[in-house]
Amino acid sequence: MRFYRALLHLYPASFRTEYGAEMRAIFARKHREVAGAIGWLWLWIGTLAETSTNAAAVHADILRQDLRVTARGLRRAPGFAFTAIVVLALGVGANTAAFSIADHVLVRPLPFRDPQRLVKLWESVPGYNRLELSPPNFHDWQTMSTSFEGMAAIRGDSVVFLGNPEPERIEGAAVTADLFPLLGAQPVLGRLLAPNDDREAAPGTLVLSEGLWKTRFGGDPMIVGRTVRLDSGLYTVIGVMPGGFHFPSRDAQFWTPMRFAARDFDDRDNNFLQAVARLKPGVSLAAARAEMRLVASQLEREYPKENQHTGANVLLLRDEISEQSRLLLLALCGAALCVLLIACANLANLQIARALMRQKELAVRTALGAGRERLVRQLLTEGLVLTLLGGLLGAILGIFALPELVRLVPDALPVAAAPSLDLRIFALAALLTAATGIGVGVIPAFRVCRRTDLTALHQGARAGGGRTERLRSALVAAEIAATVILLAGSGLFLRALYRLQAVDPGFRSEGVLTLRTALAMPKYEKTASRTTFYRRVLSDVRALPGVSSAAYISFLPLRMRGGVFPVSVAGRVETRSAADSVFLRFITPEYFQTMRIPFLQGRTVSESDSADRRFVAVVSASFVRRYWANQNPLGKHFQFAFHDRQVVGVVGDILTRGLDRSSEPQVYLPYQQAEDGEVVWYAPKDLAVRSSRNPAELVTAIRRIIAQADPEQPVDNVRLLSDIVGAETSPRALQLNVLAAFAALAFLLAAVGIHGVLSFAVSQRAREIGVRVALGARRGAIIAMVLRRGLLVTCAGIVPGLALAYAAARAMQSLLAGINPGDGGTFAAAAALCLIMTLAGSLWPAVRALSVDPITVMRSE
Amino acid sequence: MAEMPDSFLPLPAAAFHILMALAEEDRHGYAIIQDVAARTGGELKLSAGTLYRSIQRMLEQGLIVETDERPDPELDDERRRYYRITALGAAVARAEARRLVELVKLARACGFAPGRA
Repeated sequence: MRFYRALLHLYPASFRTEYGAEMRAIFARKHREVAGAIGWLWLWIGTLAETSTNAAAVHADILRQDLRVTARGLRRAPGFAFTAIVVLALGVGANTAAFSIADHVLVRPLPFRDPQRLVKLWESVPGYNRLELSPPNFHDWQTMSTSFEGMAAIRGDSVVFLGNPEPERIEGAAVTADLFPLLGAQPVLGRLLAPNDDREAAPGTLVLSEGLWKTRFGGDPMIVGRTVRLDSGLYTVIGVMPGGFHFPSRDAQFWTPMRFAARDFDDRDNNFLQAVARLKPGVSLAAARAEMRLVASQLEREYPKENQHTGANVLLLRDEISEQSRLLLLALCGAALCVLLIACANLANLQIARALMRQKELAVRTALGAGRERLVRQLLTEGLVLTLLGGLLGAILGIFALPELVRLVPDALPVAAAPSLDLRIFALAALLTAATGIGVGVIPAFRVCRRTDLTALHQGARAGGGRTERLRSALVAAEIAATVILLAGSGLFLRALYRLQAVDPGFRSEGVLTLRTALAMPKYEKTASRTTFYRRVLSDVRALPGVSSAAYISFLPLRMRGGVFPVSVAGRVETRSAADSVFLRFITPEYFQTMRIPFLQGRTVSESDSADRRFVAVVSASFVRRYWANQNPLGKHFQFAFHDRQVVGVVGDILTRGLDRSSEPQVYLPYQQAEDGEVVWYAPKDLAVRSSRNPAELVTAIRRIIAQADPEQPVDNVRLLSDIVGAETSPRALQLNVLAAFAALAFLLAAVGIHGVLSFAVSQRAREIGVRVALGARRGAIIAMVLRRGLLVTCAGIVPGLALAYAAARAMQSLLAGINPGDGGTFAAAAALCLIMTLAGSLWPAVRALSVDPITVMRSE
Repeated sequence: MAEMPDSFLPLPAAAFHILMALAEEDRHGYAIIQDVAARTGGELKLSAGTLYRSIQRMLEQGLIVETDERPDPELDDERRRYYRITALGAAVARAEARRLVELVKLARACGFAPGRA
């Protein structure tokens, strides 16, 4: 009998209370009637089966009924339903998008075999620890180290695909043949590079990315074996890589064998190789680092001049992404979580309020024996239905928001731009939804369930007093804390953005159109052949209507952040470090005029600075400060880029590396003063044109001019200089937009939340307030009472909010462009906004409290 | 609101039997089980779970009501509840019977059931 009583617990409590006694009586009767062990056994088996199926059916009946009630209730309060679903969808959507991106970039293993054992190797010199390797150092590292299964070299490469449709410059990489086996990559078509392919005289071979194969070759299944014409010669396509393969970065579209010429091994200062290696099984990263330190110091002893202060830096491939990108993503996730937290707290509060309003009805039902459990189930169902709808909508929102956020995926990572839509993302959305459901459905249900007892039946009892009210206030305080964090965070980001936007890059970007014509080598290896090209293009461009000036430079600032060369000045010991490196740029006349870089002293570069004249240089002000502080720099000599150069002019400094970073001094050399085949990588390729004309028309005209000068010359990277500068801050601007949207949403939700709590508290205390008024309490005192409550809750939220915001800002200091993470103004503004919000939210309840008519209230009780 | 009897069809077998058991007189739960068993010659023995689950539903649907009248206090047990068929319940039972008769007619026409086609 006891067992049957226990069995009845499978039924919902309400059903048990209603029918349990009679069911037990029936069972007892049957029990008396059966005879023998077999009959007894049959009775039990039948009872077990019957009880479990019927209990499930009763639960399903109740669920159906609750769903009907929920649907009716939500139809009756469409505003509430809409708000709740939208709020939840925003919370779930924001988190789905943010966490999918973070998972993609920070967590998911890279798409290679055993990616946790792949490392990147860099040379490190004082002040810079990610210097590319020189071929001789790469070769020595490869032969001297024992920690790695293999080591491969890569260099970024870009070639022009000639022929149909039109010449097109495409980014790719020259790689050593062992790269693909090292990564564990397999082609979808054809074969990979073989060791024979990188012999010096081997015929040109090419592996295509799936993207390039599809776009340029129409996915031709017979592509393998076809010959393509590149600017550097004829190449045979030997294979196609699968779509998910990106290496060394996302924009690499083809791979050619890297060929070293004997002379490449002569110069240890010619650093252009990226190196990737695979740790041997059982070798730890620390052990590999220790070994490479030894190797580097041994090479430093052997080559004291070239390898001075040169160390080896070993990094996991995954850790290639910058700390800034990592922080940016973590900040995004944190902000999204704050929004979800606020949305949950708000809805939990709303649900509690709705439940409390029904409390008397519930108390009656509880007294009748059936209410409480049904009520809890009803609340749960309602919460879960809202959450499910919100979650579903949120997942859809999140998926649509993903492409907007891919700009936050760093380019340097060898992964696809956007995470693929897979089960992980949906599982994530489901998980978030479930967590939200607990917040919105379960917590209020249990809270109300505990409160629902006979005390609510007592006339005039203050429903919602005591613990439930404390819980509601705590929820609002949590909302306010999260709001303060978001407000303060957005404020700091805003200040950082303003500071960066206000940074003077040293040149004027408005009205300048830029494009790149990277001249093919070896076609343009001779300086004179380039000179002809530049002269022809520049004179035609300058003749276009509306063009005020035009010039070529090796690399425009911010387009190319590297390109430094060591300087040696007579009387100074040359050190191989950042302290003696300066930017090397070849320019044509009119460059400073086009860029509006202020001219300070001497003369600029002119057409008469030809290869047979004395080699001269224009240097930036910081160059003068570094080498000849307080002296007249004009006429001074220094050794730079294989020649002695004489300073003839001084210009203002520009920020070449980025708006939030300091840059080395700049040296500008006349475009004609380089010997044939020397530093051809620095040959001018970026064209800058200052004009008052519509850029679109101008581009067409310039393209025609270039096509006339060289029909095989592709034009790419057509951009306004102001866009290049704007792109410096655009990830931040995007981040700020997202954060600010989150903060605005949070602010609104918290305002609604505090208003809800206060007006509910006032309506529940109407009788008390009425009595006080009747007893002669001054109206001011009543208002003060309501406001004090609001202020208390707000302060309970603001104080921890500020502390958490400070902690978060400290962790993200490197994103703040020098803004103090404890910036007083920003924090004060965030706190003040929250206070104003509280006051506004409290105002209406306070006025309502005043308008309470004591007689009416007491009569209604 | 007045619900159409037809909207309850087809009626679950247990519910139909319960309505039939209540057609003559108000009964309590165990009496319904016994009546159904007797009526069907022991073919259908309602379990307690099926009975009360059906009763709960039928109460909500308004096919039956609980009644306070006790037929014979001497023979009765205080905790027993008695159920009475409502006018709606009777209408639904009649509609269900009609539905079954129509069904049998159709079956007969196909030769699936004995009797006149």
